[in-house]
Amino acid sequence: MTEVAAIEVTELVKRYPRVTALDGVSLRVEQGEFFGLLGPNGAGKTTLISIVAGLARASSGRATVLGHDVVADYRDARSWIGVVPQELVFDPFFTVRETLRFQSGYFGLRRNDDWIDEVMAHLDLTAKADANMRTLSGGMKRRVLVAQALVHRPPVIVLDEPTAGVDVELRQGLWAFIRRLNRDGHTIVLTTHYLEEAQQLCGRIGMLKGGRLIALDRTQALLQRLADVQVTLRLHGELPPALRVRAIEQGDGRVKLRVASAADVEGVLAACRESGAGIDEVEVGHADLEDVFMQLMASDRERVAA
Amino acid sequence: MSGARVTTGEDRDTGSPLSRGRLLAPLPAAQAAGFRTLLFKEVLRFWKVSFQTVAAPVLTGVLYLLVFGHVLEDRVEVFPGVGYTAFLIPGLVMMSLLQNAFANSSSSLIQSKITGNLVFVLLPPISNREFFLAYVTAAVVRAIVVGIGVFAVTVWFAPPPFRAPLWIAVFALAGAALLGVLGLIAGIVSDKFDQLAAFQNFVIMPATFLSGVFYSVQGLPPFWQAVSHLNPFFYLIDGFRYGFFAVSDASPWLSLAIVLVALAAASAFALSMLARGYKIRT
Repeated sequence: MTEVAAIEVTELVKRYPRVTALDGVSLRVEQGEFFGLLGPNGAGKTTLISIVAGLARASSGRATVLGHDVVADYRDARSWIGVVPQELVFDPFFTVRETLRFQSGYFGLRRNDDWIDEVMAHLDLTAKADANMRTLSGGMKRRVLVAQALVHRPPVIVLDEPTAGVDVELRQGLWAFIRRLNRDGHTIVLTTHYLEEAQQLCGRIGMLKGGRLIALDRTQALLQRLADVQVTLRLHGELPPALRVRAIEQGDGRVKLRVASAADVEGVLAACRESGAGIDEVEVGHADLEDVFMQLMASDRERVAA
Repeated sequence: MSGARVTTGEDRDTGSPLSRGRLLAPLPAAQAAGFRTLLFKEVLRFWKVSFQTVAAPVLTGVLYLLVFGHVLEDRVEVFPGVGYTAFLIPGLVMMSLLQNAFANSSSSLIQSKITGNLVFVLLPPISNREFFLAYVTAAVVRAIVVGIGVFAVTVWFAPPPFRAPLWIAVFALAGAALLGVLGLIAGIVSDKFDQLAAFQNFVIMPATFLSGVFYSVQGLPPFWQAVSHLNPFFYLIDGFRYGFFAVSDASPWLSLAIVLVALAAASAFALSMLARGYKIRT
């Protein structure tokens, strides 16, 4: 099925005078997906989003939103996408309602008050509708940014670190809202530093590092890429050499090992016993996205160094 | 795959409040709406702080008139039969108008750049030309409001005649537009407030002050007369004043031609910077 992609970037390169922010990234986000874009600071996430949103120009390569080129066909491309920027920006001259009305007008919607009221209600902004933007707390300003991205009912919604510096309660509320938008058919693209959030929310994940895409897969597949089961041991004595290759993390007297399956745990314990290392504590768990992330970032580093 | 896919706007269903709005963008909308909204926002922006953006420059204009008019009224007669105060009023009106046109587009743009909220204007489908026109038109609106304000409070001191009112309107609009465009350029180029202030203090202020607001260039030594004729602002003040007294240092047609060429060149430059995304869409 060759349905038009919600977002497609092809061989995207962005060079700044001193740094290459994107080094040939190709990526396709399908309609209706909840897609996570992860990577350390400076990996190129925001640059990629900026190019898709038309805020920055690519040095080479191409980006489209629902098939519309973001440069040649920018009016359509920008009409189909709503972007929540990372920085907590606002216009201090205006109230919340004015801000949302202006944003509607910029997208060509002159009479949009019903929808604006609805979005404000969903984001718990109604009580602050006539408050000046300056007087709002950080969390409230963040909600207004989300509302601004939704005034034109975009089918594709991009959120760049939407929960940075946001308290737990708002974060939960925001995610419930975004999930609902996704269920209703909106494509969601998310960057976040909270890997737990990405693991819970995103169906598919791309990982960027140094301007290159180093992983792109369904979240479950990524998690399975690391052994599905991990066993953490607290030992007195040395870890048997045969097990060292399986170590993922070590420190604090503990060692985390990857194992093929729950049955394989027995083999690990036997190896320890045979080598004479006493086991004080055993914990069996599953790999989480953070483990995958750390491993991918580390293995990429080795590859670059080699 | 779920059934919700991008379609035309016809399948508006009546499900949940949110899903009612899903996948409908973009609603068919007049392209000009983006421009109109941006213009309205820009006008509202200065109007909300009109004490600072309108009242203050009007007061400054009156102070100039009181001080210079008082000191020079009995000593200088620039045009035959025209008192110094009456001569000065159109110059002050035009100077205030030009400075405020520049201040409006430049300060609005640099504030939005520095605070980061320019992103709200860059994300929507607003073309470079609409962006340009909205900022410049808002600058013209503020300039005309300030110009009328300065005129309204100074005219009582020495009402000047209105010999050729059409020229007054033409030069007011062309001058405001030119300075609005220059302000836009300065706002795009500057990264910090002090760079903009330097542009304002070392280019715009000297050029307006030395353009013949306070004197007729014909009273200057030949060398400085020649220098004055290289200053485009001279033609703005001179042509504007012609509308009141039907007397000027240069032909109003020549002045208009020079002003329009300057406006076209500045506009082309500003639009080319916007097209390249220079410092705006990096």
